[in-house]
Amino acid sequence: MSNPVVLITGALTGIGRATAIAFAKEGARLVVAGRHDDAGQQLTTELRALGAEAEFIRADVRHEDEVRDLVDRTVARFGRLDVAVNNAATEGQVGPITDQTAQSFAATFETNVLGVVLSMKHEVRAMQAQGSGSIINISSTYGHEGAAGASIYVGAKHAVEGITKSVALEIAKSGIRVNAVAPGPTDTGMLTRFTGTAENRAALARQVPLGRFGLSEEVADGIVFIASDEARFITGHVLNVDGGHSAN
Amino acid sequence: MEKLSGKTALVTGASRGIGRASALALAKAGAQVLVHYGSGAKEAEAVVAEISKAGGRADAVAADLSAPDGAHKLARQARAVVGERLDILVANAGISKAATIEEMTAEDFDKLFAVNVRAPFFLVQQLLPILGSGSSVVLLSSLAAHAVVGTLSAYAATKGAIDALVKHFASVLGERGIRVNAVAPGVVATDMSSFTKTDAGRNFTLSMQALKRLAQPDDIGGVVAFLASDDARWITGDTIRVDGGSKL
Repeated sequence: MSNPVVLITGALTGIGRATAIAFAKEGARLVVAGRHDDAGQQLTTELRALGAEAEFIRADVRHEDEVRDLVDRTVARFGRLDVAVNNAATEGQVGPITDQTAQSFAATFETNVLGVVLSMKHEVRAMQAQGSGSIINISSTYGHEGAAGASIYVGAKHAVEGITKSVALEIAKSGIRVNAVAPGPTDTGMLTRFTGTAENRAALARQVPLGRFGLSEEVADGIVFIASDEARFITGHVLNVDGGHSAN
Repeated sequence: MEKLSGKTALVTGASRGIGRASALALAKAGAQVLVHYGSGAKEAEAVVAEISKAGGRADAVAADLSAPDGAHKLARQARAVVGERLDILVANAGISKAATIEEMTAEDFDKLFAVNVRAPFFLVQQLLPILGSGSSVVLLSSLAAHAVVGTLSAYAATKGAIDALVKHFASVLGERGIRVNAVAPGVVATDMSSFTKTDAGRNFTLSMQALKRLAQPDDIGGVVAFLASDDARWITGDTIRVDGGSKL
């Protein structure tokens, strides 16, 4: 497909933003979603400068009305939806289990799991109508490993991987592939907030076989691959893009 | 798009099936390819001819990878052709043997491990002097390593060994900038697969998969080419399942 229509949630920073740019360079038509109008307009200007058709739609993935609206407006604008990248996420309140509350749990799970579920619900609806599509959920190394001090975030990312595989099974007959990309420690704002101190950052980088954090662009390349025709026989898979972190 | 322009590649077992598809995909992306074969000289020359006809560079090279020094000999031959730098190694050559636990013989068991595990291990070892930062090693795993399909216990064990080697190699070689990954196909329509040759086998395959068609070698070759490229520069230690969503 030469000019796929790509929807990206949480597209205004970090991996989401790099993914939008990567798809724009491949000739995609883009809808970028997020919660900050200024940043949204800035990104669409940048994407259009790369020659891509692009729109920003304000949407909070925790609210079903906004998600339904986001998908419907994407299809109304471009006539179809070929690729959906469910990237919107929060690191929540990092801390030991003894600090966690029902509120901290809900805050993390609402964005990272309910947001993905609602996004997939409406993306599948649109893709089923056209008989094709590719959904990519953003997980994490911590979608299949544990991390001290981040149990709620880890639980949420584990949930994303299980939901990814289940929907892949149920939806394949509709011509839709569903996969996840699991980034390792990537140099973004979320990583800075996650690690907290310079010492923590350095210690984490040492755990990566390739000896450094990843770049958002490198994760974006993995996402573009999974969405591409080269990955046509891949579904229900979690692609690790992590410099070998989870192999260690 | 010439993503591998100027790169050198060795693909073992490249006279047919997944090896052939990988060699063709790498050549199409611009790589100079060494087409290794065990006994299929005519087929290997046909692959070389196909690559040359399309404007690429390829040579055929023979080695018996079931022999204890087969990998050592192949590595020497490879160095004679590509010189001091090998960018891509696809250790694809493999054999399969369907046998119940009662039927398996020590001879067949040893041969499976010799070709499927020992040869790739020593190919990596012997080629280390010419693998360097940016080099990409792709090993062939299989769905059989983690799912029970057919009477393939010994074969599956060899592929489980590959999954372990991917992690250990990636972890150790990461500091040299050498990436090591695997591709894990399920059932693929090749000469080596008995599943695809009977209706019962085909029906079983389709019932196991989320995607309802049989994989062709090209479905795997494109993933190998991705792993060989800089688009995967932060992917190491990973096994990519290319099995149409089997046994999720």
